[in-house]
Amino acid sequence: MSAAEWRNAMNAGAGRLAMGKLLPQKQGQTTFSDPADRIGGKRGLSLFLHIGLRHVVVLAFLLAFPVYATPFLTFQIGAQSLALGLVALSLTFLAGYGGMVSLAQMTVAGIAGYSVAIFGAAGSSDAAISLGWPWWLAVAVAVVIATLCAAFIGWLSVRTEGIYTIMITLAVGVAFYYLCLQNYSVFNGFQGFQRVQAPTVLGINWREPLPFYYLALFWSLAGYFFIKYLLRAPFGIALQGIRDNPRRMNALGFHVTAHRIAAYAVAGVLAAIGGVLLVWYNGLITPNSAGTSWLINILIIAVLGGMRHPIGPFIGAVVFVLLQTFAIDLIDRERFNLVIGTVFLAIVLFSPDGLLGLWAALKSRFASGSKFPTPRGGSK
Amino acid sequence: MTRFWQWFWSLLLGVPLAVFVVWGVWDNAKLFFITLLNGLTLASLYFIVASGFTLVFGLMRNVNLAHGSLYLLGGYVGYFVAEKTGYFVLALAAGFLVAALVGLLMQVSIFRFMQGEDLRQTMVTIGLSIVIADLLIWGIGAQVHQMSAPDWLAGPLRDIPLIAAYSKYRMALLPLGIAIGVLLWLFLNRTRVGMMIRAGVDDRAMLAATGVNVNLVFAVTFAIGAGLAGFGGVIGAVELSMVPGEDVRLLLASLIVVIVGGMGSVVGAAVGAIILGVAETYGLAYAPTYSVVFTFVILAMVLAFRPRGILGAAA
Repeated sequence: MSAAEWRNAMNAGAGRLAMGKLLPQKQGQTTFSDPADRIGGKRGLSLFLHIGLRHVVVLAFLLAFPVYATPFLTFQIGAQSLALGLVALSLTFLAGYGGMVSLAQMTVAGIAGYSVAIFGAAGSSDAAISLGWPWWLAVAVAVVIATLCAAFIGWLSVRTEGIYTIMITLAVGVAFYYLCLQNYSVFNGFQGFQRVQAPTVLGINWREPLPFYYLALFWSLAGYFFIKYLLRAPFGIALQGIRDNPRRMNALGFHVTAHRIAAYAVAGVLAAIGGVLLVWYNGLITPNSAGTSWLINILIIAVLGGMRHPIGPFIGAVVFVLLQTFAIDLIDRERFNLVIGTVFLAIVLFSPDGLLGLWAALKSRFASGSKFPTPRGGSK
Repeated sequence: MTRFWQWFWSLLLGVPLAVFVVWGVWDNAKLFFITLLNGLTLASLYFIVASGFTLVFGLMRNVNLAHGSLYLLGGYVGYFVAEKTGYFVLALAAGFLVAALVGLLMQVSIFRFMQGEDLRQTMVTIGLSIVIADLLIWGIGAQVHQMSAPDWLAGPLRDIPLIAAYSKYRMALLPLGIAIGVLLWLFLNRTRVGMMIRAGVDDRAMLAATGVNVNLVFAVTFAIGAGLAGFGGVIGAVELSMVPGEDVRLLLASLIVVIVGGMGSVVGAAVGAIILGVAETYGLAYAPTYSVVFTFVILAMVLAFRPRGILGAAA
């Protein structure tokens, strides 16, 4: 940004501060012209012209996957990867584009799952706690509650930065785990809730592998395109600006804290939907569903795939689920943590941008003039 | 903060606390004071483990999330050494040394190559903690290992006013925690290496410019921090027990202690450890279902009013 542009930007920002309103989105777009051009403008306008062959191939593959795959593959691999990928997508959005690595995303998903079990219908033994509301009301309330909790977690942790955020969100997540474990009146303690299943709607039993796969696929695609859209919207641009330089964005008149909390809330919605899908997938929810290992597994999934693109978490989830399912064949069943830990360690040590980064590196090695944008600072 | 608000907050916190203390003593003095002792001895363990954590963090800005694994490793090593030799002191030394050695290895082989990359270091330590935890389960198994106290610390200490008797071992933890705190303070404030460490906390680049071998200082600090985790592990093997999962518990405790107390400050770690240990045991004794919630409320309050911790300096 040249000196003149910078002066203009500063003036516009000061004017907005004087107006008292901190989030005039239209001005934000024009003021923050540099990253907007780089990330949004050029690609954003031609979103639909940019659908290439690979997009069609991937989408066709995903839609047709259950046709040639066994129900086991459809459900255990496909649907689980999609649901986990959705939760990890919320982390990718927060960490990759907001610069806030939150380990509490699985906690948000767990809150949504618990809400579905508490407000909706669970198995017979837990009927005393479950309120038995209709499924649509329970799901809606669950998503709202989880989003509010996510915003609260965000409000707590945005006061800190970098590694402090990791520690505080980890502490919040583990505190929720122990709360679920020790509280019997609401969370039913160690047992949790059994037989929390997807409802039968429109004559379709959504707990069957095929409908559930398409349900998970629908919400994953919705989340993916929502994030793709949001990253080009003024809010997403501002968020990326805050990631790169919070002080400058503050000087430009953006309310840094408000943007960050809003990002937590948006990520909370995704994690909540993923959490509802996961509780239906598992058919139960226990404190371990939001335990430390799962908090960290979400981070592993996001890092494994790579945080440079919203597709990363889904790739990471597929790899994670495949490893989880077939680690038995590689090595002892009990040693899954060793396998996933080693893979994670290798990725973090040798390719900080995950599998996407590995792919980009391979591509640029074999074909000069890579189309991938160069990795940007702070996006790890 | 104005004088009025200071009064307002100290009254808002102090009055319920005072009411609780008066009620607790009046209702069941023995339970109250035993809980207090339990809280302080737990705080002692928390302090020993968390001071290593905060030392490493203060100097290197490296959140070592494998700290809990080092704790567990030290505990297991201490357990087997005590079983073989029968000397508790040897077990303590072995726990400290092995954890320090592993920490040193981590520092030299991994962290040296990613200085300044906070987030990547954090992720590497997460990966390491997963791998170490699983290796420990593989090698030692998932059953509970309970180490018994040495003979000269076994059994109760009798004839104490108000509470009658209390475990000798746990009572001994109080002076031990204080001794380690004082030694650490002396080491940091009165020795040459301590001076280098403090200088490194303030300005790493300047320290290097004065001709100090910063890498060596880093390695020594990391080894001491990791060693303290292992030392705490041996103590915890008697006071608590060794099971897979304890590493996460102690890691979480260390995190909360340093967040509440302030990162990189040994005194802060002591304050945080006392607050956490006392709050946790009182929670368990008086309101078992919600003991974790107390911890969480404390964490949230501290973050809301002092985001850098009670004794934390602005970065």
